[in-house]
Order: sequence, then structure tokens, then C-alpha cells
Amino acid sequence: MTRRVYLDNAATTPVHPKVLEEMLPYFTERFGNPSSIHSFGREAKQAIDKAREQVAKALGARTDEIFFTGSGTEADNWAIKGIAYANREKGNHIITTRIEHHAVLHTCEYLEQDGFEVTYLDVDEYGMVDTDKLKSAIKDTTILITVMFANNEIGTIQPVEEIGEIAKERGIYFHTDAVQAFGNVPIDVNKMNIDLLSMSGHKIMGPKGIGVLYIRKGVKIHNLIHGGAQERKRRAGTENLAYVVGLGKAVELAVENLDNHIHRLSGLRDRLIAGIMERIDFVKLNGHPEKRLPNNVNVSIEFVEGESLLLSLDMAGIAASSGSACTSGSLDPSHVLLAIGLPHETAHGSLRFSLGDGTTEEDIEYVLEQLPPIVDRLRAMSPLFSQYKGGKVNV
Amino acid sequence: MYNEKVMEYFTNPRNVGEIEDADGIAEVGSPQCGDIMKVYIKVEDNIIKDIKFQTFGCASAIASSSMMTEMVKGKTLDEALKLTNREVVDALGGLPPAKIHCSVMAEDAIRAAIKDYMEKNK
Repeated sequence: MTRRVYLDNAATTPVHPKVLEEMLPYFTERFGNPSSIHSFGREAKQAIDKAREQVAKALGARTDEIFFTGSGTEADNWAIKGIAYANREKGNHIITTRIEHHAVLHTCEYLEQDGFEVTYLDVDEYGMVDTDKLKSAIKDTTILITVMFANNEIGTIQPVEEIGEIAKERGIYFHTDAVQAFGNVPIDVNKMNIDLLSMSGHKIMGPKGIGVLYIRKGVKIHNLIHGGAQERKRRAGTENLAYVVGLGKAVELAVENLDNHIHRLSGLRDRLIAGIMERIDFVKLNGHPEKRLPNNVNVSIEFVEGESLLLSLDMAGIAASSGSACTSGSLDPSHVLLAIGLPHETAHGSLRFSLGDGTTEEDIEYVLEQLPPIVDRLRAMSPLFSQYKGGKVNV
Repeated sequence: MYNEKVMEYFTNPRNVGEIEDADGIAEVGSPQCGDIMKVYIKVEDNIIKDIKFQTFGCASAIASSSMMTEMVKGKTLDEALKLTNREVVDALGGLPPAKIHCSVMAEDAIRAAIKDYMEKNK
């Protein structure tokens, strides 16, 4: 059997064995409904409380500011729609960026159809938001700034603290989608003036189907789901007990491991980037060279198409992802890669490797062995490459 | 996502390359859509004696190009002009719905190459 190397941790991660171990009893012997008053209910409630403490501690928040959701996407939807509708009398203007996850972009587009006005800030060639442009986009009617903490495709880390400061000075709520950032960078909601923050369990070795929305105390937001008293009546429905427990444990482990994670993965990341640059010509690093997630490598390999690269890598047992249209189900390549100014053909040839705690040096060396011949083979078939070699195209 | 036949034609494409003294050449598609197909034909007595292709694109674009070249090689120009994208898809044992356009490109490419030959030999 061929070696298998998983470098798609920004898509999802395996559940950590310690997380699974923590979760399992809550499916069987500790199955109580946290709302029940008997001992079964009480032990379930205690487990939820503990998870809430774990998350609150990790963000520097209070426990009554932590709300469990069904996903990071749900948290983004709740934050943006909840703020928009609860503050409509104050204004109808929202500021975001062109490189947000679709959970944010499509929510903003939905609100535009309902009378809200949205400014989509451009980013520079590294995917960074310009805080001066942000300042000048603010109007009297601006009620929310939503800027992702770090980008899922190119790994660029935004000046969140500065954005938080700007929002605070002007009395505008600041939401950040930290789904990719949490567990990869230190986060403190008070120091960074974050009013709302979304995160997800399955990106940090927790289970899928569980997320968190942090809502600063006092923030005016609509409730998401009406029903019972769960999540302070804001998101009703019996808690996803075992998954909440799993998320809490995953958060705790991520925080404990943060320094080591950042140090180890950024070393492997830099080795992979340098190795690709050394061994393959006509490659461009996408995203910021320094202000970058420790686990993100995103490169454009000229003259070849991303899906062909992915399938070839997959045949060699390597799991990665691409911003090519062919992998997105649409005709356009990734909106993020277009927003940083890549020409279409370069965006189609993008590859993302996202590292995780299971990634080893041997994995990186294996990719560096396997990738160059794959690129050579596809370039040998590419009319763009032979045109380039024939000197007919300027690159 | 892809069947074995498509993967086989992607992994071991037939007729890849260029023909230096080609009688007809055509390039279809665009970098914007992420697919470019270039086809070279050598024609003798109205028959496609040789055909080569180069493709920038996804696996189904490469497989469709390769299959098309096999299907028209040795055929008369009239026969080759009758090739439809559906026949390419069928010969590949099917393509995912989102990838049918790749087979359309293969049909467009051979027709354009023949047209180029005809214009040069009016």
C-alpha cells in the first residue's frame, strides 16, 4: 500500500484520542439531559459547564459569554444576522472583506437582499486588510465589522487587535471568524477588543458538528433558536452533550499545546515552502510570508491546473486541496486567490497543504519527493508551458 | 468522482505532444476557465494520419482530449467532424455532470483543427 500523508488539516482534523476518550461516556452511562434536575441531568450539566469554562479560559472570556453552536458556519450566521437584525434601528451598514469564508460572505449577501448595505474591503497582494481603508469605509450607519482572524486558504493573519481598536473607538461591533486561527495563534478577546468570535471543533482535533460563538456581555444580538432555556435561551435545543464535552477537551489540549504546535509546525511549513521553491520552477507563494498561520502552505504552480495536481498527489497518497475552479464546483477559481490579484490561470494552479499535529518531517520530505515529477508530467502536457518555452508568452 | 477509465486516460494519456509540421492546429478554451486544449493534426488523403494534443486542465479535460484523439485517428475528416462530445463521454464510461464541458471542448478542438486545415488547403 502506498504511503498516506494527510496535509488537509484546514479542511478537517482527526479527533484526538484524548478527546474521544473524554466524549465516549457521554453517549452511554452519562447520557442525561443537562436540563433535568436528577443526578443524570446534573452530571451532564456539569460536563457542559466544564466545557464552557475550558473555552472561556482559552479566549480570556467569561463563561456566560460562550455559546455552543452546531458549526463554525452557524456561529458566523448567528453573529452577522443576529447583530444586523438587533441593531437595525442604529444602522444598516456592515463592513467585511473580499476574502472571508463563504459562511460570512453568503450571509452578508443574504442581508444585502434584505436592505442591508455591505462594504467588501479589498486586500493587498498578501491578503492583508488595510486598516486605513477600513477606517474610511466606516459610516454613521455602520453597525458591524466582520473580518476573519486568519484566512483558510492562504493563511494570512489579519491585524485583528488594530481592527478591534478601531471598532471599539467608534462603538461598532467587531466579529471575527477564528475558525482557522484558534489553536494556531494566541487569542484574547479582551486584549483584541473582539465582541463576537466564531470557532469550530473539527479544525482543532475535536469532533465535527460543534462550534462556538463568543458573544461579549452586553452585545445586542437576536436569539438564534427559540425554544427551551438552553444556551441562556439564545440557542435553544437539547445540548449536543458528548460533542460539547469533546470540543471543551480539544480546546484545552490546543491551548496546552499551542507554543509547541506553533514552533513545530511553522518549522515544517517553512521547510515545505523552501523545498518546493528549490525543486520546482515558476512557483509563487500565496499569502503573507510572515503573518501566516503556522500550518498553512499555499503555492501557485504555473502552467498546471490544480485538480490534476490534487488527483496526482492523491494517487501518491498525499491529501491536499486547491483553489482551482474544478475543485470548487464553479467556473471561477477561489475568490481569495482572485482577491489577492492572481490571474485566473495562476489561481487555477494553486495548491494548499495544511499541516497538523500528526504531520512529520518524513511527510514533508515525501511530498518534496513526489511533487516535482508530478508537476513535470503535467507541464509536459500543458500548452501553456510549451508556449512559454517557445517564448510566446511573457510571465 | 471519476471512473477507472477516466483515471486511466488521465494517468496514461495517449497522443500527448506536438506535431512540428502539423497540417491543422487549433486551441480552444481559455485560461480563465482553467482549461486549454491544443490539437495538432497531420492529414493525408483526407484522413487524419496523426494527431497530438496538449491540455492545461483538470483530469477530465486531459482524459477527454486523449480519448478524442484516439477516436479520430485514422478516420476521414468527414467522419471526424461527426464526432460528438456525447460519444467522447460514452467512450470514457461517463463523466460527472460538472465535467461534461470538458468533452465539449474535445469536440470543439477537433472541429477547429480540421477547420484550420481546410482553410489552409482551400
